[in-house]
Order: sequence, then structure tokens, then C-alpha cells
Amino acid sequence: MRYKLGLFLLLIASFYTSADWLDVNMPVGVTDISKEVFELHMAIFFVTVAIGVIVFGFMFYSMWRYRRSNNKKPAKFKENHKLEILWTVIPTLILVAMAVPASVTLKKIYDHEAEEGGMDIQVVGWQWKWQYKYLDEQVGNKPLSFFANLTTPPDQYEYNRVEKGENYLLEVDEEVVVPVNTPIRFLITSNDVIHSWYMSDFAVKQDAIPGFINVAKTTINEPGIYRGNCTELCGERHAYMPIVVRAVTKEEYDEWVLEKREAMEQLNFLTEKEWTADELYAQGEEIYKTRCAACHQVNGAGITGFYPALAGSDVVMNDKTGQIEILMEGIRGSQMQSFAEQLNEVDMAAVITFTRLAWNNDKQGDGTIVVPNDIVDYKKGDL
Amino acid sequence: MSAVIENHDHEHHGPQKGILRWLFTTNHKDIGTLYLWFSFIMFLTGGAMAMGIRAELFEPGLQLMDPIRYNQLVTMHGLIMIFGAVMPAFVGLANWLIPMQIGAPDMALPRMNNLSFWLLPSAFIILLSTAFMEGGLPGFGWTFYAPLSTNYPNIAYFVFAIHVMGISSIMGSINVIVTIMNMRAPGMTLMQMPLFVWSWLITAYLLIAVMPVLAGAVTMLLMDAYFGTSFFDAAGGGDPVLFQHVFWFFGHPEVYIMILPAFGITSHIISTFSRKPLFGQSSMVYAMVSIAVLSFVVWAHHMFTVGMPLAAELFFMWATMIIAIPTGVKVFNWVATIFKGSITYETPMLFAIAFVVLFTIGGLSGLMLAITPADFQYHDTYFVVAHFHYVLVPGAIFSIMAAVYYWLPKWTGNMYDEKMGKLHFWLSFVGVNVTFFPQHFVGLAGMPRRYADYALQFAEWNAVSSVGAFLFGLSQLLFLYIVIKTVFAGKKATAQVWDGAEGLEWTVDSPAPYHTFETPPKVNG
Repeated sequence: MRYKLGLFLLLIASFYTSADWLDVNMPVGVTDISKEVFELHMAIFFVTVAIGVIVFGFMFYSMWRYRRSNNKKPAKFKENHKLEILWTVIPTLILVAMAVPASVTLKKIYDHEAEEGGMDIQVVGWQWKWQYKYLDEQVGNKPLSFFANLTTPPDQYEYNRVEKGENYLLEVDEEVVVPVNTPIRFLITSNDVIHSWYMSDFAVKQDAIPGFINVAKTTINEPGIYRGNCTELCGERHAYMPIVVRAVTKEEYDEWVLEKREAMEQLNFLTEKEWTADELYAQGEEIYKTRCAACHQVNGAGITGFYPALAGSDVVMNDKTGQIEILMEGIRGSQMQSFAEQLNEVDMAAVITFTRLAWNNDKQGDGTIVVPNDIVDYKKGDL
Repeated sequence: MSAVIENHDHEHHGPQKGILRWLFTTNHKDIGTLYLWFSFIMFLTGGAMAMGIRAELFEPGLQLMDPIRYNQLVTMHGLIMIFGAVMPAFVGLANWLIPMQIGAPDMALPRMNNLSFWLLPSAFIILLSTAFMEGGLPGFGWTFYAPLSTNYPNIAYFVFAIHVMGISSIMGSINVIVTIMNMRAPGMTLMQMPLFVWSWLITAYLLIAVMPVLAGAVTMLLMDAYFGTSFFDAAGGGDPVLFQHVFWFFGHPEVYIMILPAFGITSHIISTFSRKPLFGQSSMVYAMVSIAVLSFVVWAHHMFTVGMPLAAELFFMWATMIIAIPTGVKVFNWVATIFKGSITYETPMLFAIAFVVLFTIGGLSGLMLAITPADFQYHDTYFVVAHFHYVLVPGAIFSIMAAVYYWLPKWTGNMYDEKMGKLHFWLSFVGVNVTFFPQHFVGLAGMPRRYADYALQFAEWNAVSSVGAFLFGLSQLLFLYIVIKTVFAGKKATAQVWDGAEGLEWTVDSPAPYHTFETPPKVNG
């Protein structure tokens, strides 16, 4: 008996010592604003606790003291004007005392002006991924830009087939790398429906709305990896488009930009290379998993009524040009978006080739593949 | 009073037999019963959906459903609970109680009353029929933000259902206003009206004001989806934020539509079981009127993160905080009513006390949400989910349960089983807190709402919340059992029922005769 009790207490203790049970409050964050917001939050929290303690304290005392067994004769009073004025005026004063510092902080948050030595990053919400454009870093004639897709494999979230990783649903293929101690303006918008870019550690939450650009300015004080989420219901995979920001020193940031540039230049070489069907299939399969399988499913069967099947689809089997056009332009009025910006020529050709060869499509259809130069030709208008 | 005796002459005017009684009835008590049972069925349906949601969220990962199904459950849970459970329950109570509380023989417009009830099941059949269609139920959240909703399948059914619900609500409200304005017993001035009647008078005006706005919003949505307009489509020059302004101009008063009648109910019950007149009857009325008026100028606090200009953010923050003042007055008045009373704790009183405490907790977290800079952290996280469930479940729904226990003896003539009632209360009370309190924690820690799946750091408290939800949900079967049992059997209730109860409804027999107050009672000021 005593042994069992001990085990039980140990279990309780282990719950309470695990960090997750204690993860019950807002993070302080790593920006000046986030610290100020945290202080506001704690101040208003303690005010509400104090109000609660006083009101409920008096209420519970009265409930106990004036129970019928203790007080047979109820009083008859119905009003007391002095008291009523008092409990209108005092709350008003408390509210003003809270609203004033909140207004001051809000004004600071609304300082959206560009600053000397600062940078602008455009954030575009897509179903269901984020695109980042570094407006101050040019590669060729375009800004440095990439998409950040969830990398948690479906085996981890669907039916828990494998054990979940440490950063389950909070990991992406491309982190947003930014320098610390630099005023960054995130210019937030959307390509399709409304999303919301939420980074708790910066106290930033701004809706990404098609046709609007919302500004969130932040200066990160400490290097580190910060993770956030989409917080506006944007459809099926709303929970699967996380944000990962890696804040580094200025030097590391410059190095990262250099690497990014080189990688983009490498791409030209890859486009020219002679690709075999097997190489394209292998690369395409990986891309299919992160970019396409969410809707069209891993087995290419789609979801009836929402997402068409690719397995056995006439376009995928027999109409090479038609398929390239759909991927490049999207289908207006449907959830099929344009992948022209999201995939480079190689990845685009690879994923199309994959769908044309997988699920027996090659046996039932014409079995032709698409090579990167086809995409280049399409872009030139030669296909 | 004299009204009691006269009813005996009219017993041959009793209801028709069988199903026709319910289809064709124009009797306010029958229609009230229909509304209440409809609401109960919807409450259990929406509750089953909530348990589906909580089962999926019991641990991270997708266990029971894909995210499409999850979004459909979240959407339908919201729509069913708001338009199917809470609002019809209050309309049912209004039908039963308003004529009896003001000494009127029936509602002023009995045929319209019948129509406004029967439109409601029709609307839900239209809405739920999409479950059997390709594309399925709506899955864009009960707030149906454009442009997510405009691209959804079967949206025309959703729009039509909302229109029908809106017509039903507007007709019900017209009926309430006309009844209260014209059919009060001689001598009953407006200020003397029982607070439940007052709360419904204000609610009815709110409904008439905002239901057409909702109708406008869904119509614009329909035009965008099927007739090539671009009200909310940025690509066509439209404005997605406009949708939110229109929606929340309806939505915020709607929130108070779901709480004002609860204020009325709570005032009656607390006064009865404290055996003491309500403290500050007139300040209660003024507080409700102020809350109603303010509800029209705070809508954009639901939209602090859409990128409004600073001036708008400041205005909506300050305006929202002002609402705390009249709401505080109400809470203080209830506490002052308890003070120096002679209090007993029957089931209705337990629910009413829990209402005051838990609604106030929801109100205080609402105050935190009003602080715009902090709202940038709270917005669309589980903190908001915890907040509005605290004001809606132990708020609105506890008040409805309190009302059912309080007036059930008057409706059925039988006392409910007090022990069972108390058991139901304690199970619900524990269940509701275990469900929703931990949601404050995961919300502050950053868990977004409407997520089918979540990061590992939120796992522990979500599991606790799910256990609570199942406890709360299953306890409601006990409520169903208690109500059915009381309908058929139980200790006979007296006309007065509760020794501290005051008001005209307690002067007629229990159960209340089919027709009451055919000759108006005289009320002395």
C-alpha cells in the first residue's frame, strides 16, 4: 500500500517537474516590445485576480454567513445610491489606469517607419506555407525569396505511425534567417485566403490578407531559433504551416545570404544538365510529399469533392503541356495554386515527371516525362 | 390572485391530440416547450460534436479524423450551439415566461409564433443536409470569413439556412416586443417589469437590429460565390476586411443576445433563494441598456490583428473596456442581493451562483483581451477559446439549466429530484472547469485555435481538457434523464413552488393551466 502511494506521489511529482505542465504563461519573448507586452499582461492579470479575490471573497463569505440555517430573517434593503456610485467610479478609475499604459505600448507597436540600417522582408501566406522575400537582397533582378514548407513527415501526424520528433509540426525546410539587433519590418500579405503570422516570442501577430500589406516591425535582441504558427483558419492544413525564424549575428547573416546566392546560381547549371527519368522521379517524389500530397494524397487518389485524383487522371497521363500549364498558372477559382514561383525549373519538371510515372500512370497513359528545359521553354512561350 | 380560478372555465379549450397539437399550436406554452426540446436536441448534437473535437485533441497527431472533418466539426459545433441551442433555449423561455410574468394570456402574434418555431428545424435540416452531399458540411468556422468561405462547396445551403434562422429570430423578436409593449397587466409599468422580461425586451431590439446585417453579410457572400461579384475578393477590387466588419457588427451584439436573458434569469433566481428583493432593480435595467448600446461600438475588438489604423485600435480598446463598468455593476448587485439574505442552495441557486462566479471569470479574461497590445498575443489562441466558453457554457448555458430547474415545477407540476439535480450540478461544474480552465494555459503558451493537431508542448493540458469535456458532456445525459423523469412523475409542486419566489407566474397553478390570465390580473405599483 505504502509502496503504491509512493509510486503515485512520484508520478504526480514527475508531472509537475516536467516543463510542459508548467508551460502555462505567455513567453516573455526576445524583443523590447514583447517584454513590455508581457509586463502589461501580468499587470492586467494581477488586477483581474485582485478583483476576483475581493468580489468572490465577499460573495463566498456572504453565502456562508447568511445561509438560512444561520440567518432566518433576511434583510429588506433594495438599493444604496452611495454604494452604487462608488462601485461605478472605482472600476472606471482602474480601467483608465490600465488603458493608459496599454495605449502607450500600442503607439510604440504602431511605429512602422523604416529605420536606418533596418531591413524589409515580405511575408506571403499561401495555402499552406509561407513565402519570404528579402526585399533588400537582390539575386539577379529579383529579391532573394523562398517558400517554407512543413517538414514533419505524415507518418508522424497521421495515426501516429512513428514517434513524433522534438519539433513536431514546428519544423520547416527553409528557416527565415535574420540578423539580431536590426529593425526588421515584416510586410505581411496573402496570396489566397486570410492567414495570420504569429510569432509569440516577438509579440507579433498580424493577419495576412489578400490585397493588403500589414506591417509588423520587430528588433530581435537574442540569437536563437523561434517558432510560430498560422493563427487564422485558412482551410484544411491550417495547423500545418509553421513559422521558423533563426536569428543570428550580422556576420552569420551575411554569410547565409552569400550561400543562398550561390545556390541560386548553381541552379542554372542543373537546368542545363541531362536528366534521366529515374533521377527526376526520385527528386519529384520528395517534392510531391511536401508540396502535393497534402491535397492529392500520397497515393495520388485525391479527396472526392475537394481535390481531384492524379492517379488515372487524363491530363496527368496524356497531356504533358496541359499539366505544365496547370502547375505554372494554377486553376482560377479552385485551391490549385500556381507553383511557378514555388518550384524552380528542376523541381517543377521532377514533380511532374513523378506524377506521370507513378501509380501506373505510365502504363495507362503516354508515359512521357518532363525535363527542366521543357519548363524553360514554357516560360519563354516556346512549348 | 383571481386569475387562478378563472382558468377552470376554459379547460374544454385544451390542446388538440397527437402530433397535430405540436404542428399547429399557437399556444405560447406549447411553442415554448417545442423551442426548449429543439434546443435540448441541438445541445446534445453540438455537444457530441464537441466531444468528437476533444477526442481528436486528446493527444497530438491525427487519430480519428482528417483535418477537413475536424474543421467541419468545429464549424458545426459553433453554429449548432449558437443558433440551435442557446438562442432557441432563450426564445423557449421567453415564450413560456413572458406572458405569465406580465399577466398576458398569450404572445401577441400566436400564428407568427408557430411559424417562427417551425422555420428553425427547417433551417437546420437545410444546413445539415450538406453532410450527405459531395464536399460535405461547411468547414470554414462559424465566423465564415471570406475569402475562405466563398471558395467552399455547398455554401448556398449554408447561406439559405442562415437566412431562414434570421427570419425566425426576427419574427420571434417582433413578437416579444409587441407582447411586452401592449399586453402587460394593467398597472405594470415598464420599470416594474420582471428583469427576465426586461432582458428579453432589450435582446429583441438587438436581434432586430443585427439579424438583417448578418443576412446582408451572407447575401454578399452568396453573390461573390455564385454571381461574379467581388465584395470580398481582393483580385476583383473587393475587401476581405469588409466582411469582418460587417460580420462582427452583427457578431458582437449577438454575443450579448446570448447573455442578456441569462442576466434576467440569474437576477430572479438569486433574489428568490436569498429571500430578499433584488438589489438595484433599476440600475440592473440601466446596466443592461448600456451594455446593449455599447455592443454596437466595440465590434472591431475581434479584429485587432487585421491591421486597422492606430486610432481605430485605440477607440475599440477603450470602448470595450467601458463595457466592464455596467457588467461590474450587475455582478456587484447580485453579490449585494446575497448579502444579508437568508440563503438556501437548491439546484437552480447552485447554477446561478456558479453563473455569477464563472461568468465573471470569463468577463475578467475578456478585460485582458481588450488590452490591444496583449491581444496581439491572445488573439486566436486557446485563451480566446477559454474566454468565450467561460461566458457561454457556465455563463449562458448554466443560466438556462438554472432556469429549467427553477421553472420546471411550474411547467410540469412536479418537483425535480433534488439529489439528482445537485449531482448534475456538481458534475457539470467540475467538468466545465476541468475542460476550459487549462485552455487558458495552452492559449497563453501560444496554441492557436481551430487546430486539428498541435505541438507536443501542449499535450498534457489538452489531455486534461478532453477528460473534462467528456465528464461535462456525459453529465448532460443525467440532465436529460432528470427532466424526462420530472415531466412524468415527482412530488407535486405548489403554485408558489419556492417560498421566496415573487412574480405573477407563481400565482397560477402548477402545472400552469393551458390558458392563463385570460382576464388580466391587477398589479399594484
